[in-house]
Amino acid sequence: MNLSRRTLLASVSAAALAGVLPKGVFAAESTPTKGGVLTVQLGAEQRILNPAIRASTSVFIVTGKIVEALVDLGEDGSIVPVLAESWEAAPDGKSVTFKLREGVTWHDGKPLTSADVQYNAMQLWKKYQNYGTQLQLYLDAVDTPDDRTAIFRYSRPMPLDLLLRAMVDLGYLVPRHLYEGTNPLDNPANTAPIGTGPFKFVEYQRGQYIIAERNPNYWRKDQPYVDRIAWRFITDKSAAAAAMETGAVQLSAYNQLSLADLDRLKKDPRFSVGTRGNEANPFNNTVEFNHRRKELADVRVRRAIAHAIDVEFFIENFLYGNGKVATGPIPSVSKAFYPGGTFPYPFDRKKAEALLDEAGYKRGADGNRFTLRLVPVQNAEDVPLFGTYIQQSLAEVGIKVDVVQLDNAGALATIYKEWNFDLATGWHQYRGDPAVSTTVWFRSGSPKGAPWTNQFGYKSEALDKLIDEAASEIDPVKRKALYAKFVQMVNEELPVWFATERLFTTAASVKLQNDNNTPRWPSSSWHDLYL
Amino acid sequence: MQLLSFALRRLAISLPSLLIILVGVFGLLQLAPGDTVDALLAQMGGGDAKMIETLRQHYGVDTPAWIQLADYLVRLVHLDLGYSAIYGKPVADVIFERLPVTLLLMASSLTLASLGGVVLGVIASRYVHRWQDTLISTLGMLFYATPAFWLGLMAVVIFSIKLGWLPAGGFEEIGVEYSAWGRAADIAYHMVLPTITLSLIFLATYLRIMRASMLEVSTLDFVRTARAKGVDETSIVTRHILRNALLPLVTLIGLHAGTMLGGAVVVESVFTLPGLGRLAYESVVQRDLNTLLGIVFISALLVILVNFAVDLIYARLDPRIRGKGN
Repeated sequence: MNLSRRTLLASVSAAALAGVLPKGVFAAESTPTKGGVLTVQLGAEQRILNPAIRASTSVFIVTGKIVEALVDLGEDGSIVPVLAESWEAAPDGKSVTFKLREGVTWHDGKPLTSADVQYNAMQLWKKYQNYGTQLQLYLDAVDTPDDRTAIFRYSRPMPLDLLLRAMVDLGYLVPRHLYEGTNPLDNPANTAPIGTGPFKFVEYQRGQYIIAERNPNYWRKDQPYVDRIAWRFITDKSAAAAAMETGAVQLSAYNQLSLADLDRLKKDPRFSVGTRGNEANPFNNTVEFNHRRKELADVRVRRAIAHAIDVEFFIENFLYGNGKVATGPIPSVSKAFYPGGTFPYPFDRKKAEALLDEAGYKRGADGNRFTLRLVPVQNAEDVPLFGTYIQQSLAEVGIKVDVVQLDNAGALATIYKEWNFDLATGWHQYRGDPAVSTTVWFRSGSPKGAPWTNQFGYKSEALDKLIDEAASEIDPVKRKALYAKFVQMVNEELPVWFATERLFTTAASVKLQNDNNTPRWPSSSWHDLYL
Repeated sequence: MQLLSFALRRLAISLPSLLIILVGVFGLLQLAPGDTVDALLAQMGGGDAKMIETLRQHYGVDTPAWIQLADYLVRLVHLDLGYSAIYGKPVADVIFERLPVTLLLMASSLTLASLGGVVLGVIASRYVHRWQDTLISTLGMLFYATPAFWLGLMAVVIFSIKLGWLPAGGFEEIGVEYSAWGRAADIAYHMVLPTITLSLIFLATYLRIMRASMLEVSTLDFVRTARAKGVDETSIVTRHILRNALLPLVTLIGLHAGTMLGGAVVVESVFTLPGLGRLAYESVVQRDLNTLLGIVFISALLVILVNFAVDLIYARLDPRIRGKGN
């Protein structure tokens, strides 16, 4: 069993190596063919299909084809122009000028202008978009000297690299003429999106499917190649795997299949299963500590907990080897910021026990030191597994853990609204730049109730200051150094522990060509995809 | 006229229980931690406090629970089921989009289960303690003991993945233009596996009930009388025994109408049918109170209707009940 997994791993890494080879070598062999229908599986229905106010991968996987952003990530992970043709930051970092592409029209025929950019930035991103409200907090105005120029004016320096990297997800544009003067939350275009993308929205049958068809007036001439895309809602994971196997769907992204099925389909020659095309969306299994508990306020106890859990074993045996031990809060795939290094608290049960003794929590007569309440946020199949694994690992060092099983909404409310937990576990998703998604987990002062922010009762003035400084540092080299310092401080204090580092797995039919060729491919526009 | 007063009386009895059910479900969902905005945030992957406040206002969950309940009941009196948080449109529209699928699934499964149950039950009772009876009873027990989701998944593995005879899921083919008949055929084709899966559990119950009640009725005096006066065996079975043995089965079918809605959740999930069961599940997960209450309301009405129909059938089968009904 062990042996076969090892050979499997070897073949997977060989496949990964093949992916590193220049794309051109293979691309030259075949020319794109037009036509065909691509069917994609979706695990959950979204309330709103408007990426300008809902930034999440499950919205992008549909709307990314219909609605476009100012920029996207290219094959090598660099920022490439989409609706913006070029951009420039002022030397003081307080304004950024975007030049829009010429001759782009919305699906309803109206032209795209800088007024659209202004409306989206000021009225949608800044007011309604998750993460956008934070990113654009210091955005004062968007000036539109002409139809093709939009100048973003900030009251605090905005690092250009941060803005661009964030805008890949948070820079989607919907038409101003449809939204202006309405409540954006219940605008009918939210479920019948109109954009500038390669595919036009056709139909949304609730609970069943969404259909989009080829946009004949797309600004990239002769693209897209695929005639239609149909997204089918298949919530049951086994049913989704069956649909892949019968060929009813050809693509399932963002771990919508069970880990066991992904592992099984990996051996099936009809599918390519892997993490390629997801490099921009790394995520972690986390352990959150409630610092209001006196035991957990002691850094020695937090370190002891990290020492007590064998993360490598968990990855190998529960995650089918998909992932690695995280070395800190910034994932290794984030080339611009990853400082390297190793995680300072490797699995060492003896050391854990020694640290707990040193902190003054000796084992009692029953062998227990103290009891903790663990709340898993069950938005993925591996979270309850990790919860149980934490429970059993900590029992070994004398910490009793009660796991509180709640559904998603319940767990979020319990942890972030009521602070009624000692330990929590779930996912942290990295969104291109630490300032977008990651530092909020450590910065104090987040209002009660905001999920996936520091509601853990942790406060370090030094760290707060560092976080603020890094968010407005416009020199990329200095920024990188500041984040290296940030990683060092977090690893020292361990206010929250990012235990694993993983990438989403995509299962695709081998019929798909030009698939997974960018680091956020499932969310991207698929303009060059063919069957 | 008699029928109408009977119907009205039944409805009057049902109203208080309907109210209790609605208030109970409302209370249960209030006890569950997290509201519809928490569920939305879980789906979105976060948001800041000001945005969350805006969303709470938008979904009307920033008022106290009892005001929300009072509002709901007042609206219900006006036959307004409210607005769905997940779907952003009136709950009535959402439910009536989904209702046909569930009704079709329930009706076809109940028909299959009761017909199959009657036929197999009669055969088993005619060949009692012989190999036919043993075979039918064993299979019945087996289906009864197997969970629906497992049966469904196994059916998919065998008939869709291995053999490729039937579709693995969905209500109809997407994006294909059919004539009305073609569409009906396509839907029927997609409903084969879900119908069989859902009906197997009930079929097992029905065949056991039929077998037992056939055996019981066949020992009664009037059967002996019929035999004594020389009625042929087929007539005895169909006209005398079967008609009387059907009574307990009809009762059970009425009771099962509610249970089937529960079973439909599982079958609809496994076969990705856009029905009420899945909608109910989704509403709980998303804490969409209006939709859930709407489904409960409609389902309760449905169960009341089915039971009313059962009472009528009952009276048709057994004249003695007709007498008491007046």
